[in-house]
Amino acid sequence: MNEYLIIALKIVFVLMAVLSLAAILTWLERKQSALMQDRIGANRADIFGLRAIGLFHIIADSLKMFLKEEFVPPGAQRFLHTVAPLMSAFFALSVAACIPFGKLILDGQTIYLQIIDLNAGILYLIAMMSFSIYGVFLAGWASRSKYSLLGALRGASQMLSYEIAMGISLIGIIMIYSTLSLREIVYAQGELLFGFLPAWGVFLQPVGFIIFLTAGMAETKRVPFDLPEGESEIIGYFTEYSSMRFGLFFLTDFIEVALVAMLMSVLFFGGWNIPYLQDTGFVFPWGGSLAMSPLLASLLGILAFGVKVVFFCWLQLTIRWTLPRFRYDQLMKLGWKFMLPLAMANVVATGLVLVLLD
Amino acid sequence: MHKKVTNELNFWHRIYVPEVIRGIWITSVHFFTNLGIHILHVFGMAKKHKGMVTFQYPEDPRPPAIRLRARHRLMKRANGTTRCVACMMCETICPAHCIYIVAEEDPDPRIEKRPKVFDINLGLCVVCGYCVEACPEDAIRMDTYIVETSSYSRDGMIITLEDLMNHDNQDMYPRH
Ligand code: SF4
Ligand code: SF4
Repeated sequence: MNEYLIIALKIVFVLMAVLSLAAILTWLERKQSALMQDRIGANRADIFGLRAIGLFHIIADSLKMFLKEEFVPPGAQRFLHTVAPLMSAFFALSVAACIPFGKLILDGQTIYLQIIDLNAGILYLIAMMSFSIYGVFLAGWASRSKYSLLGALRGASQMLSYEIAMGISLIGIIMIYSTLSLREIVYAQGELLFGFLPAWGVFLQPVGFIIFLTAGMAETKRVPFDLPEGESEIIGYFTEYSSMRFGLFFLTDFIEVALVAMLMSVLFFGGWNIPYLQDTGFVFPWGGSLAMSPLLASLLGILAFGVKVVFFCWLQLTIRWTLPRFRYDQLMKLGWKFMLPLAMANVVATGLVLVLLD
Repeated sequence: MHKKVTNELNFWHRIYVPEVIRGIWITSVHFFTNLGIHILHVFGMAKKHKGMVTFQYPEDPRPPAIRLRARHRLMKRANGTTRCVACMMCETICPAHCIYIVAEEDPDPRIEKRPKVFDINLGLCVVCGYCVEACPEDAIRMDTYIVETSSYSRDGMIITLEDLMNHDNQDMYPRH
């Protein structure tokens, strides 16, 4: 009974964490872009004159989404048109199931803030991220609109191209830590290299990290890679969507930003690990230590994971508001002619180093 | 020989990553400077720096440029009558045909005419300022700095002789 309760609590925690992070990202994106462009950003929504630096815009936006008319264009496939945004959001959210948020050590008992620890965790997350193509493509196909279809085609080909580079960039990680389970990867990153350097993925797989970052940004379909959405010309696969159905697509984008940030922290930046922090406190390689209770150490770990995730969200938004968009041929060239060979070379190089070190 | 200007990319542009980092550096400097300024504002410091180039419009309107062409007004003589002699110059030159004048005889024997009706339809006005240029009496000017012209009906956009004269002739408007 107790176990089921814990699992239910975990699911609630993960859903709340991911969804509220995505909601806050909508606000953060407006404010951050404003500050980067010497503006002040959305600050008008208020409750009794209280503006709270624009945070109420999240509520105002979602209210607006819910109150708008739901329109299905005549000639559209009603069922698929309705199901597409649900699929999009569902698959994005289900990636979150295998992400280890941290561990909580209570009275010597360890509770992992992770819904399931699959022994094929990486495969699961790649599969779930690939499924999000279906939402995009069904939306474009079912709307029976040229613009949606164009957006969907662009989206599908882009996601397919970058999916491959992303998958191959993770092979290096799998080879080094020789496991597919995300929890064990995080544990392996708690070790030290040469006695002082934390064994984080970014130090062992810098090329893999850059490829993963690029492919992850392409997965979220935002600006340097926003051809499926192309806000300035074709509007993209959700042209024919209104109200909360559009809202779901919109939210999916931000959920994916949050997820890519989480995956980058888990796979390349040590997840909940803080350098030199063990369950019993800090142990520095140059001698000296700082003892603390395991509960405090685990809470610090969860905090560290949060900080890493926020940092990567910030990084993604910064890139989104800094770079201009790629042309379509440049996008395909980058994906197939540059990233894919680079990812493969990375796998070969990693393999060679591993064999030589054996 | 001219120095040849090319758009060709060198190696460092071509591999793109250094340029990305340079771009992120530029935007991040803006981000953190402005963030710091806004945080200082919360503590009542650094009021000299605004941290933005935009204006928070209704509360903090943008200072108008000195030569701004805004809503019209009709100047007055020392005795308070209008300087306009209803010569129709402005009505004739107006490219938008938005001035409508009906003349009548002026009681003053030294002055021939004065406007009985002087309507300007601001909904049509293209704010070109030709009327100001054309006026031989310097009677019409566009220096009220009133730019917030709005109305719920088209008729509401028409301003009449009273509206045009409804300004006091003290130098409340800066001279050019
Ligand atoms: S500003 Fe131009 S358009 Fe407006 S009333 Fe004068 S002449 Fe006509
Ligand atoms: S040009 Fe001047 S004087 Fe003549 S009608 Fe117009 S405002 Fe009056």
